[in-house]
Amino acid sequence: MLNVRDLHVHYGGIHALKGISIDVPSGKIVTLIGANGAGKSTTLRTIAGLVRKSSGEILYEGKPIDGWPPEDVVKAGIVMGPEGRRIFPHLSVLDNLMLGAYSRTDKDGIERDLEWVYELFPRLKERLWQKGGTLSGGEQQMLAVGRALMSSPKLVMLDEPSLGLAPLLVKEVFEIIETINQQGKTVLLVEQNAFASLKIAHYAYVLEVGQIVLEGTGQDLLNDKRVQEAYLGG
Amino acid sequence: MSMAMFIQHLFNALTLGSLYALIAIGYTMVYGILRLINFAHGEIFMLGAYFVFWGVTLLHLPWFLAVIVAIAVTSLTGVLVDRVAYRPLRDAPRISALISSIGVSFFLQNLAIVVFSAIPREVQRPGWLVDIIVVGKVRILPLTLVVPVLSFLLMLGLLFIVYKTKPGLGMRAISKDIETSRLMGVPVNRIIALTFGIGSALAAASGIMWALRYPQLQPVMGVIPGFKAFIAAVFGGIGSIQGAVLGGLILGIMEIMIVAFLPTLAGYRDAFAFVLLIIILLVKPTGLLGEKLEDKV
Repeated sequence: MLNVRDLHVHYGGIHALKGISIDVPSGKIVTLIGANGAGKSTTLRTIAGLVRKSSGEILYEGKPIDGWPPEDVVKAGIVMGPEGRRIFPHLSVLDNLMLGAYSRTDKDGIERDLEWVYELFPRLKERLWQKGGTLSGGEQQMLAVGRALMSSPKLVMLDEPSLGLAPLLVKEVFEIIETINQQGKTVLLVEQNAFASLKIAHYAYVLEVGQIVLEGTGQDLLNDKRVQEAYLGG
Repeated sequence: MSMAMFIQHLFNALTLGSLYALIAIGYTMVYGILRLINFAHGEIFMLGAYFVFWGVTLLHLPWFLAVIVAIAVTSLTGVLVDRVAYRPLRDAPRISALISSIGVSFFLQNLAIVVFSAIPREVQRPGWLVDIIVVGKVRILPLTLVVPVLSFLLMLGLLFIVYKTKPGLGMRAISKDIETSRLMGVPVNRIIALTFGIGSALAAASGIMWALRYPQLQPVMGVIPGFKAFIAAVFGGIGSIQGAVLGGLILGIMEIMIVAFLPTLAGYRDAFAFVLLIIILLVKPTGLLGEKLEDKV
């Protein structure tokens, strides 16, 4: 579904990505793990159209999408839930969700997806008229995921969705990711929580300072000595 | 002062206040989204006034049509200014766009001098707007009824767009977080263009009504109303539409009333607004309805 080929990105004078190639097959969960500054977020941001590549290719369903403005990437079916949730604190929960559907014009489809999001996150439905900023951290993360789903994406990219959440909520977030995957969404997940993300991932890449140093199925990497030492606390 | 006089002053004050408010909305909307003080906004106001009288005197359009055309053309001019002078600087330091706006301001003033000439033009006003109505002892210029009512309707229309439509939702999202808005699929540049279009249309409406109220056109006519509306926007809380309206009304009312009650101070009429600006910046820099300043600056 998504193929990234030898992607180079320079970012504020830094060579942030030094030739990254990843494949995200349709219907799978693929995860990028790695330390801070490894280039995980930059990879997602480049795919989303926020950052310009220096060289390389980003193919989505066989078509190059690099250089597209973010709104066109969203329209094509790739959405990114940014790091830190970034919900709109001054807008109601419903307005936040409707913003996710901004690129769409199919009213019936939007209604259907709203119902679906309410089903996934019943707590959001209870708080529709509340301002986004008044939600708890966990609720905000649900809103961020729900908002991303409202664009009717085929590929959902999530940047550190478990960041800053209590352990119980972290578990819930990963369950949700599995659920939306089972319901047909392809997921590209960036996480520092390597253990949890490898457990749900079909395929995984390990990034170190802008390069992929290791790749394999989630299970393979969980059992890999180097991964265990570097990311799973030995 | 007699009651009748007071009522007359009140209508004058509301008129001036609504004219300030309409201009102030443009400052505040652009600031809310781009954190840019668009110093060319006063010139947009001036262009609106010139266009309408061009339409009437040169093209012999009926008034109503001339007003619509002038507002549309001014609105497009505002969009063009953004496209040419601000959009290329979107990623530049904020001060660059600010300096660019000062450049656009001078450019439009001088362009107006070349195109319209620097000679002040008298505005021929339709009679029904200026034939005094007498109610008891109160003598009212119909214009001072029409201007506040029209302005109020325009502001209602604006609030509808901002709070009840999809582009309005986009505007409110962008004003808080441009990057996330883009990630959600909001076409940011188009929404910004729309913001300039709406702000410029309101400034044009204000310029046209201003020229009917104070019937003289000149290329620098936008400078002082522009500054005062800017002060009104800061006073009300820049970034807040309701604040701009409130600030504009308060500034207009105070200006007229001070001259009315303290005629000896009439000469300081323009200075008064700037004193107000200094006071509000010292006492409450975020303005009456402004939100807390964030670290976005």
